Amino acid sequence: MEAGTGRDVAPPRAPAWLLGAAPLALLALAVALLVTVGAPGLGDRNGAPVEELAVERTQMEPGEIALTVRNEGPDPVSVEQVSVNDAYYPFSGGGEIGRLGSATLTIPYPWIEGEAYEVFLLTSSGATVEAAIDAAAESPAVDPGFLGLMALLGIYVGVIPVAIGMLWLPLLRRSGPHLVRGLLAFTVGLLAFLGVDALLEGLEVAGAGPQALGGTALVLLGAVVSYLLLAWADAGMRSRRRRAGARGAPGFQLAMLVAIGIGLHNLGEGILIGSAYTAGALALGSFLVVGFAIHNTTEGLAIVAPLAESRVSVRRLSALGLVAGAPAVLGAWIGASIFNPSLVSVLFGLGIGAIAQVIVQIWPGVRSSSGQPDGTVYGGLILGALVMYATGLLISA
Amino acid sequence: MNRRRLLAGGALAGMALPVLHELVPHEGLHGGGGSAEASEQHPASAGEGHASHADHAAFAGSGTVDHSFNGFDPAELLRSFDWGRTRRLPGGRVLREWDVVAQDKEIEVAPGVHYAAWTYNGRVPGPTLRCREGERLRIRFVNASSHPHTMHFHGVHSAFMDGMPGIGESRGGGQIEPGESFDYEFDAEPFGMHLYHCHVAPLAAHIAKGLYGAFIIDPKDGRADADEMVMVMNAFDTNFDFGNEVYAVNTVGFAYQDQPIRIRRNELVRIYLANLVEYDPVNSFHLHGNFFHHYPTGTSLEPTEFTDIVVQGQAQRCILEMRFPKPGRYMFHGHKTEFAELGWTGFFEVS
Repeated sequence: MEAGTGRDVAPPRAPAWLLGAAPLALLALAVALLVTVGAPGLGDRNGAPVEELAVERTQMEPGEIALTVRNEGPDPVSVEQVSVNDAYYPFSGGGEIGRLGSATLTIPYPWIEGEAYEVFLLTSSGATVEAAIDAAAESPAVDPGFLGLMALLGIYVGVIPVAIGMLWLPLLRRSGPHLVRGLLAFTVGLLAFLGVDALLEGLEVAGAGPQALGGTALVLLGAVVSYLLLAWADAGMRSRRRRAGARGAPGFQLAMLVAIGIGLHNLGEGILIGSAYTAGALALGSFLVVGFAIHNTTEGLAIVAPLAESRVSVRRLSALGLVAGAPAVLGAWIGASIFNPSLVSVLFGLGIGAIAQVIVQIWPGVRSSSGQPDGTVYGGLILGALVMYATGLLISA
Repeated sequence: MNRRRLLAGGALAGMALPVLHELVPHEGLHGGGGSAEASEQHPASAGEGHASHADHAAFAGSGTVDHSFNGFDPAELLRSFDWGRTRRLPGGRVLREWDVVAQDKEIEVAPGVHYAAWTYNGRVPGPTLRCREGERLRIRFVNASSHPHTMHFHGVHSAFMDGMPGIGESRGGGQIEPGESFDYEFDAEPFGMHLYHCHVAPLAAHIAKGLYGAFIIDPKDGRADADEMVMVMNAFDTNFDFGNEVYAVNTVGFAYQDQPIRIRRNELVRIYLANLVEYDPVNSFHLHGNFFHHYPTGTSLEPTEFTDIVVQGQAQRCILEMRFPKPGRYMFHGHKTEFAELGWTGFFEVS
């Protein structure tokens, strides 16, 4: 580095890299001293070791239960014995798990379909960690056939409904600006509902998962990061448009942002569907798929709402549909194969931040010519939230 | 509940909501065949030299604990009777004396699982003190533990020899503080299978941590020659939730399953049995392929029952006598089967 050495007029100054590195070097020295000399008065901790294990994943095969556990405490944990419904069973995969490390414990056990099981992990100190299996069901093997089924599921609940919803575009084109504003408000209401719903869901998943990697903070971190990334991307696109001298409403750009937000949301949804299916907690009846389809069709409407006054090619429309719907397929794969509460928490956060950014982007188009929201806007907002709530009932019924 | 909550519930182990039981048909997506298939599968055998693990509950790992770390081995403890030292008192009566030291000690109660026990003479259960009816007994008790303790004997003795805090302190007895000692002295009566344990408050903790042992008074004329063994049914609350995690006879779960008790065919077997399990109200002893004579508390020479199961509340005890006419491996276990599968299971190997 030559910084600071090129100017011979200026008095001699320390190079910038040195100014940056000096505190780091001091920190390294301090850490080294603490480690070698031992921190006086700080090295010993009072009390017994803190053993915290979280069960991340339960896999069931005929005659076998496999638990993936993560050590989220400050001390190593050693699982020595395992009991299933108050009976000890020999298992494999035990031994010491370091901080933040994970292990898969495989217990041969003749479990019965549909029954409840309580697994206790007994550590070397005698502490117990409980894992409950509420309704035993075989975990599907993650093979090409299963991934194909998950892809089909993702297409059913993500791609197709979104594409159908986008078919309202011709109707939108014929509508007057008043109705378009109402529809945009409807979209905002709908997105707000999804955002709040995803926030609650993400916090629930994060709260139940390991806390060592951040827990609920991961959801908020994901939200902030995705909000800022999308804002950054949007600013970049705007300046490029300005330089190119483009005029008119950035309809496609806005639609793409909506599609990205909904896509991230559908990613989280796909993960939950995939993992619930793997855990045997989800019966894929046609009713459920139909429910998802109706629910997600409104998302398609949200994507095309900003396009009412723009000309967009079919290819671009297809791209929008895929950006919004295809992540459901990816999510189903992730959820079916590597469900991890911390990862899912971050992904939920990304979806929430994206939705918040999309709402901020859409909002200027919602306002009337007088700059103030009117009855159309308020009505659209309320209706959007209510429709999302009502179609959501189809799936939980 | 919305759909995401439903899905999230199913997605997380231990979080599925009760409604899922109704949503997912029990035949489910995978057919009803899974259960029958599953039930035919068994845990793999733990290998040669141990009782087969294939068909019942057992510990993981080597299947056994480090007896040298513990300083006692259930296989030896089973037939170990501490007769103490004797000398004649003026007048010809026998004075029998023991030294018993209370000490804190970590023990391994299941392979790899350690428990901070309180012990008499470094073992759980404490030494099986054995004597004859009518003898004078003196137990020199030293409290080398970091907590106050006593020895409270079940038997006939004066109040200040009762090992009861608040009674007998003026004569050096009552609660024995760390570093202090006391001689318990009384006559051996009545004959039978008795026990002793610490009686310091909180009582449940002092017993559950291991301060108990068998105390056998033989009748004046003795009993018939037999292969004698002592079995103290006990359990350990390793996570301090007032419920036990490991059940056993003589402390180590599955110890006699992993190393069956060898018995000679047709020889009289006499078991001195006591229940010292804390936190659970009853325990039991059940024998496979055979019946036994039951002598409650061992205070009569006539059995009250010919049976294959006895049920005991806490501190209840008895003597069991049996012969095995046929060779083979016979299980014995608590017939509160939960206890059996949590460690209280063993085998007799008759040859």
